[in-house]
Amino acid sequence: MTDIPETYSATAEVAEVRTRRTWRARAWIELRKAPVSAWFGLTVIVAYIFVAVFAPLLAPHGEAQVFPQPYAPWSPMHPLGTDQIGRDVLSRLIYGARNTIGIALATTFLAFIIGGGLALVAAIARGWTDQILSRLIDVLMAIPSLIFALMLLSIFGSTVTSLIIIIAVLDSTRVFRLTRAVAMNVVVMEFVEAARLRGEGTWWIMRREILPNIMPPLVAEFGLRFCFVFLTIAALSFLGLGIQPPTADWGSMVRENASLIQFAQYDLKAGITPLLPAAAIALLTIGVNFVVDWFLMKTSGLRDEH
Amino acid sequence: MHPVLTTVIQRLALGLLTLFFVSVLIFSAVEFLPGDFTEAVLGQAATQETVAAFRRELGLDQPAYIRYVDWIVGVLQGDFGTSFSGRAASGVDRSREVVDLVAPRLMNTLFLATMTAVVAVPLALLLGITAALWRNSVYDRVVNAGTLSTISMPEFFVAYLLILFFASLFPIFPSLANVTPEMPFWERVERLILPATTLTLVIVAHMMRMTRAAIINLLASPYIEMARLKGLSARRVILYHALPNAWAPIVTVIAFNLAYLVVGVVVVEVVFVYPGIGQLMVDAVTTRDIPVVQACALIFAGTYIMLNLMADIISIVTNPRLLHPR
Repeated sequence: MTDIPETYSATAEVAEVRTRRTWRARAWIELRKAPVSAWFGLTVIVAYIFVAVFAPLLAPHGEAQVFPQPYAPWSPMHPLGTDQIGRDVLSRLIYGARNTIGIALATTFLAFIIGGGLALVAAIARGWTDQILSRLIDVLMAIPSLIFALMLLSIFGSTVTSLIIIIAVLDSTRVFRLTRAVAMNVVVMEFVEAARLRGEGTWWIMRREILPNIMPPLVAEFGLRFCFVFLTIAALSFLGLGIQPPTADWGSMVRENASLIQFAQYDLKAGITPLLPAAAIALLTIGVNFVVDWFLMKTSGLRDEH
Repeated sequence: MHPVLTTVIQRLALGLLTLFFVSVLIFSAVEFLPGDFTEAVLGQAATQETVAAFRRELGLDQPAYIRYVDWIVGVLQGDFGTSFSGRAASGVDRSREVVDLVAPRLMNTLFLATMTAVVAVPLALLLGITAALWRNSVYDRVVNAGTLSTISMPEFFVAYLLILFFASLFPIFPSLANVTPEMPFWERVERLILPATTLTLVIVAHMMRMTRAAIINLLASPYIEMARLKGLSARRVILYHALPNAWAPIVTVIAFNLAYLVVGVVVVEVVFVYPGIGQLMVDAVTTRDIPVVQACALIFAGTYIMLNLMADIISIVTNPRLLHPR
C-alpha cells in the first residue's frame, strides 16, 4: 500500500503552471451562461447558414424549374405548393436563403469596408479630411435611405451589382458615423502617438493600433447593419426593384404570391404560402437582434437598466 | 441677442444648407443618365427633330448650373416640370405636369400619415413612459419583447398578417385602400384602418423603445435621486424635475419616428394599393420617369429634413439650461 499524500500545499498550488483556457473552452463557458433568447438566435442563424450553403442538396426541385400547374395546393410532390407560374415554393424558399442572405452579407461587408475605412482615415488624419468627409456624410444622411436607393435605382437600373453598391454606399454613412466616433476616442491614446512617432504609416495605425481596440462595437453594429440591409433589400425586392426574377428571393416571392391571401378562407394553407418567405425574413432578423443584444451586454456591460 | 435665438438661427441656416445640397444631389440624377436617354424615352422611331425638340425642352443644350437654377426656381413656384411618360416618337406630347400627378397623391399620403400619427404618438408615449416607470416588471418585459419582434419584421409581413386575419379569414376591414377624392371622410377612414394599423404597429415599437430608454436615462440622473431623497412626492418629482428635461428627448423621438413614417409609407402604400405618393414613386422608378422620381424624392427628403430640423429647434427651445443662461 502506497502512501497518497493528502496534504494541501499552498506553495505547490501557486507554483503550478497556470494554463489559460483555450479559446474554445472560453467560448463554451460563455455560451452556457447565455440566455435563452441568445441560444434561440444562434440556432436560427446556424440553421439559415446550413440551408444556404447546402441549398442544392436540400431543395427537392430546381430554383427556376417550372411545373405545369401554377398555384398548386400543398401536396407530397410540392410540400408548399407552386407559385404563380408553377415553380416549387419550398425549393425557391431554400434557394432564396442563399440569394437573399448572400447579397445582404456582401452588401454589409462592402458597407463596412467603405464606411469603416473612410472613418479610420478621417479619425487619423483629422483636420480638413475629417471635416470634408463628415459634412459629405451629413448630407447623404439627410435623405431617407430607401428614397435615395429608389432614386439611384431608377438611374442605374436594378441589377444585383448596382443594388449591392447603392445600398452599401448608403449604409456606409451609418458605419462611418459610429466608427469615427469610437475611433476618435482611441486615436488620442498614447500608444497611437507612440506608433506615429516611431514612424508607422496610416495603414499600420489603422490595422494594428486602432482596429483591435474598437472591434466590439463594430461587431455589434455589423449585426444590426446586416438586419437593416436585409430588410431594405427585402423591401426593394418586394417593390419589384431589387433582386430580379428568375433568381429566387424572399421579398419578391411575397409580392408574386400575395394574391393567394384572399383565398385563406377556403384553403388556409394556400393563404399562408405568401407569408412564409416574409416569416423567414422576420425570423432571421429577430434571431440576429437577440444575438446582438446578448453580445452587447457581454462586451460592454451595456444595459439600459441602471 | 438671446443665446437661444442665435442657436436657433444657426440651426435654421444649417437646415437650409442641407436642403440646398440635397436638391443639388437630386437634380444631378439626370446628369448620371446615359447619353441616349432621350431616345429611350421617345422610342426607337423618334425623328431627329423630335429628339432635338425634347432635348431643348429639358434644357440639355444649356450648362448644368443654369438648368439647376431654372429647375429650383420652378420647384419653389410649384412647377416640377413634365413627366416623361406619354411622349410619343412622333412628337405628339400627351405627357402631364408632374404637379398634377403628385398633388392629389400627396394629400392622400398626408391623410394616411396624419391618421397614423394621431393614434401612434400618444400610444407610444404612454407605453414608453409606463414601461420605464415600472421597469423590469412583467408588463415591461412583455411590451419589450413584443416591440423587439415588431421591429424585426419587414413592414409588408405585418401588413399581410393583418390582411390575412382581418380581411381574409375574418372579413372585418377592407384589404384594399382604394380611395377616391369624392369619398366621405368616415368611409375613407374605414378603408385606411388596416394600412394605418400596420404603420402604427411599426412606429409604436420604435417610438416606445426610444422613449423608454430616454426616460430611464433621465430617471437615473443624480438630481432626480436628490429630489427623491429630499422626500418629494413622486408626482412632483416627475412633473417639476423630470419633465422639463424630458421634453427634448421625447420630441426628438417623435420627430425621428414621423420621419421614419415618411419612408415606411412607401411599402405600405404598395401593399394596400393606396394611391399615395410612395406608390407613385415606385411606379415612376419602374418606368424610369425621372422628373416624377425627382419630385417625389425632393418631397420625401424635404419632409424628412424639416421634421429633423423642427425636433432640433424644439429641443433647443425647451432646454432649461439654454433658456436660463448664467
